[in-house]
Amino acid sequence: MTTNYQLKRADFIFKNENDWEEVLSKNINRSPQELINELISSELKGRGGAGFPTGLKWKLSAEAVDETKYVICNADEGEPGTFKDREILSRVPFKVLTAMAVCGHVIGAKEGYIYLRGEYFFLQPELNKAIGEFEYYCKEINLDFKIRIFMGSGAYICGEETALFESMEGKRGEPRNKPPYPSSCGYMGKPTVINNVETLAHTFTIFKYGAKRFYDLGVQYSRGSKLFSVSGDTPKPGIYELELGMSLADFVDEFGDGDTKAVQVGGASGFLVPRKRFSETAIGFQGKLTGISLPTGGSMMLFNSSRSMFNVLDNYLEFFREESCGQCTPCRVGCQQLLKGIKAVKRGEKNAQYLDKLLRLAETMQYTAKCGLGQSVANSFSSIVENFREEMIY
Amino acid sequence: MNPVSDLIRNLADQYGRNRHNLLPILQGVVEQEKYLSEFSMTEIARELDLPAADVYGTATFYSFLEHKKMGKYIIRVCKTITCSMKGKNQIMLAIEDMLKINVGETTPDGNFSLLQTNCLGFCHKAPAMLINNEVYTELTPEKVREILSSYLKKKGVHNDN
Repeated sequence: MTTNYQLKRADFIFKNENDWEEVLSKNINRSPQELINELISSELKGRGGAGFPTGLKWKLSAEAVDETKYVICNADEGEPGTFKDREILSRVPFKVLTAMAVCGHVIGAKEGYIYLRGEYFFLQPELNKAIGEFEYYCKEINLDFKIRIFMGSGAYICGEETALFESMEGKRGEPRNKPPYPSSCGYMGKPTVINNVETLAHTFTIFKYGAKRFYDLGVQYSRGSKLFSVSGDTPKPGIYELELGMSLADFVDEFGDGDTKAVQVGGASGFLVPRKRFSETAIGFQGKLTGISLPTGGSMMLFNSSRSMFNVLDNYLEFFREESCGQCTPCRVGCQQLLKGIKAVKRGEKNAQYLDKLLRLAETMQYTAKCGLGQSVANSFSSIVENFREEMIY
Repeated sequence: MNPVSDLIRNLADQYGRNRHNLLPILQGVVEQEKYLSEFSMTEIARELDLPAADVYGTATFYSFLEHKKMGKYIIRVCKTITCSMKGKNQIMLAIEDMLKINVGETTPDGNFSLLQTNCLGFCHKAPAMLINNEVYTELTPEKVREILSSYLKKKGVHNDN
């Protein structure tokens, strides 16, 4: 085993933010090209779960020609098992605000929004205070950049970037067709950079210490550290910053309760990994480690042997059925039918082979659903049904 | 003039009268009124010069924008996986028992509504619930009873309606 596979703690995100003024004034005096290169060489990928290279995202928006552009911080943290973004916004808000302003400087945007989920309404007063202080400093250094909070109203799908734009434009949160991508046509049809809260906080680290410091953490294809939201059957639930690339076995050694049967990596839209595959699974974006490597928004839910995987899947499907926006048929009908299907098998109204039909339905959703929600239902569905088939039936 | 109409006009003055100002206006009405009545929605449509169907479509998409009359305090208990594993059902029973209402109902005095909601983002401190915008975590039936008692004792709760 190489050292790369081991679980290593890091401490960047929550480290003090007191020097944000210095980081801001230093970096807005650097050229956009230089900053983009710094980000690209850090190999930072989006921390919301999809893992799009952040430097490239900024570059594409910087290249778009338009007088009006926007920077949006996606704080619609709704994935089951994820709670890191709230901690960042309440403990180190200035890192996020600074990163948004630097992004504005890079792409040529004068307005930024934080789309905050309705469930986190209680964060608003403190965050507004921070924004006030931040804007005061911006005025002092003659930086023209305004940040406002936009409140969500309880819709998981609005975490999908184009659904989020629709929501901000006063419409139903229904995802758009892509392309066009947000970098050319985002909020109000203007070029927009939309980043997860944690991604922005990492850019602060990169602009403060340089790309190398970040790149040196993690493994190939999965550079840097990442916040993990640990919950479920664990003696120490909470938020931990770890280097990417560790094996799931190491993770379970550290956080398991000694009886871990499976881990859900990446929330309800992620994958369930059973015990026998812990050691061959690495937590990162892609790559050729030993076995599979999982992208993740950082949600790690542990289940011990007292848990029924049927109940777990039932709970996820109920979640998806409610949160599906209902716009495209594969997702709207698919989520309902998967839920009805597993219940029918459990009650003995359908035979066990019916599960194979449901697996094919999930696969169809993966190919035909319009957005990430419908496409990713198959992740948890297939990984649970394939690994715990007997629990679905008996 | 109807007080709701006044409220809507003030909100429109504050946020603007464009389509992209719709959500904050809807939220503002829900904050005051606790729900969006048909009257409020048509008023908003008129004030913003939008088709009423568009306002209705947007309003009914979001789970926090109620379109049924709600109590003064809306209790939303998280039912997603971790909270569910850590005893959400006992919490629900304790609340139902204390307030004598089921999920989706409002107490006759109009003080409390009980709902379930999807992941609140407090999985590490499960089970969790919201009462209006306040969050309560690591709940036990005893703790829930204490919290509800404190709300019941708040001045004006009982004779408010």
